[in-house]
Amino acid sequence: MSEWISGSAVITHDVGLHARPSVKLTKVAKGFASAIEIGGSEAGPWIDAKSIVKVMAMKAKQHSTLFVRAAGVDAAAAVEAVVGLVTRDFDEAGHGA
Amino acid sequence: MGLELKGIGASDGLYMGPVRLLSTAARKRVASGDAHGEREALKDALTLAVAELVELMGRVEGEAQDILGFQVAMLEDDALSAPALMAIDAGTTADEAWTNALDGEIAGYEASDDDYFRARAADLKDMRDRVLRHLSGEASISAPEGAVLVGEEIAPTTFLETDWSNGGAIALLSGSATSHVAMLARARGVPMVVGLGDETLLRAEVLIVDGARGLVTADPDDQAHAGFESASASQKAARDIEERFRFAPALRKNGTRIEVLINVASVEELDHIDVRSCDGIGLMRSEFLFRDGAPLPDEEQQYHAYRRFLAWAEGRPVTIRTLDIGGDKPIRGLTPEGESNPFLGLRGVRLTLAHEDVFRTQLRALARAAVHGNLKVMIPMVTVSGEITRSAALLDQCVADLARDGIPHARPPLGIMVEVPAVAVAPDLFNDAAFFSIGSNDLTQYVTASSRDDGRVATLNDAGHPAVARLITAVARYGRDTGIPVSLCGDMASETRHLKTLMDAGLTALSVAPSRVARIKAALAEL
Repeated sequence: MSEWISGSAVITHDVGLHARPSVKLTKVAKGFASAIEIGGSEAGPWIDAKSIVKVMAMKAKQHSTLFVRAAGVDAAAAVEAVVGLVTRDFDEAGHGA
Repeated sequence: MGLELKGIGASDGLYMGPVRLLSTAARKRVASGDAHGEREALKDALTLAVAELVELMGRVEGEAQDILGFQVAMLEDDALSAPALMAIDAGTTADEAWTNALDGEIAGYEASDDDYFRARAADLKDMRDRVLRHLSGEASISAPEGAVLVGEEIAPTTFLETDWSNGGAIALLSGSATSHVAMLARARGVPMVVGLGDETLLRAEVLIVDGARGLVTADPDDQAHAGFESASASQKAARDIEERFRFAPALRKNGTRIEVLINVASVEELDHIDVRSCDGIGLMRSEFLFRDGAPLPDEEQQYHAYRRFLAWAEGRPVTIRTLDIGGDKPIRGLTPEGESNPFLGLRGVRLTLAHEDVFRTQLRALARAAVHGNLKVMIPMVTVSGEITRSAALLDQCVADLARDGIPHARPPLGIMVEVPAVAVAPDLFNDAAFFSIGSNDLTQYVTASSRDDGRVATLNDAGHPAVARLITAVARYGRDTGIPVSLCGDMASETRHLKTLMDAGLTALSVAPSRVARIKAALAEL
């Protein structure tokens, strides 16, 4: 497998990575061919970002940093998309830029 | 009076009805006897459960759709069924394997120290029971009409499958006010009490559920019946009148349009308020972001929070007050300790000017948020005009920094609270303010020299004192003469007995508690 490309973002959502944001995150992840993993620290443990069951089981809280890594043909775009979603507070703050 | 049980109110409202026990017990199932058959049975049950939820999603919207979408996503994730399928291969029956797998997940959520994640256990149980029902070939649970649903807990989907159009309520032995069901109940106006803990509840035939007080009366006697009837009749009569005014613009008898805005103190409150019922947010207290003992919120957090209010308002004005804390509302490391008279001490703008870094972070976040709506910024506790000058200079500097860094921003108008008598007596010294918002609570306290929270002087601390009315009238007149907009955002505006005074003073904008909007509009129509 090719090299991991990584990124990170702070979760600003009121209650952390809860049901609705988790559904959004896995949907975005599933749009990419690359393997995408997330974790609560740079050293892992890493879990599959395409599995809502595993993402929810992380119970990531508000103000915690979410680390993202991806490997595959569209890895860079995948990391950018997931980090972007978290940075934008899962597009729940409002509309437009 | 019947047995009265105390729980936790999860959704307001008063209702009396027959008890309907919630049962989650699935019918006994005969296993197929071979692993292949059991695998297929579980997969079929999962497919049916998902199809049922997708069908239900088509009939609901908003929050309810999100909850169902979450369940569908979980049930479609192979990671959820993988342990069950492995157990089936090892000889376990489908229902036992599924139950064990889900109970493992449920235990994980129940062990969380976070209310929110703990409440998700109810969603997992809901999924477990739905699939079990399909495994045993049971039809969907019939939805009782007008009943009080009673049980240990209630599944979100049971709530959604129930027809609430003929009333109903929920009383639970455990449960949580942060559960998905509680959110749904509040949105739908279904009274709900949780955490009742007493199993006598399960033997009652009739229940009165008082969501606002978190009380349940089991098998009420005649007296309790009568009490319920009169309380619900008067509540309903008042509500019916008010509801006719809720979504209409507020007009006085003479046709004068009065802007009715709302006071809010957190993002969550907005979930339960329809924006079309008001003319905007007249006071957003930013203190909710600053919690004692927690790290101070950074620019990013504040920016995202402020944007939520602006997005909710859909273009209507949103007035955000900069941090208003002091010795009486302490935040360690920020507020002074041991002040002899905190109400006359380092508070409001006095404190933020003394902590410029904190003030600057907030002003930057506000300037960034300003591009997303109609934002106004308000400074509390202004006493001399120099405080406006210094605050404006800081805001201008933040705007210049943002422009230099190429970060999108706008400069919001900077207005002041009129709550210190010095401002109310001499408003002409504060022409630099973009607007005045009268804070009648502090103004009353300072004018009458009587504390807001000392019961012994409570009768003196009266917004109805003519001196308070004269000051309000003078400020309103000065505003009209000079074109500086004036509004009032204290508790006075939420109390119908003061409305005549405020109208006589010539005010045309009031900011009130969200729960008072319809009542205030109804009362204004009489003036």
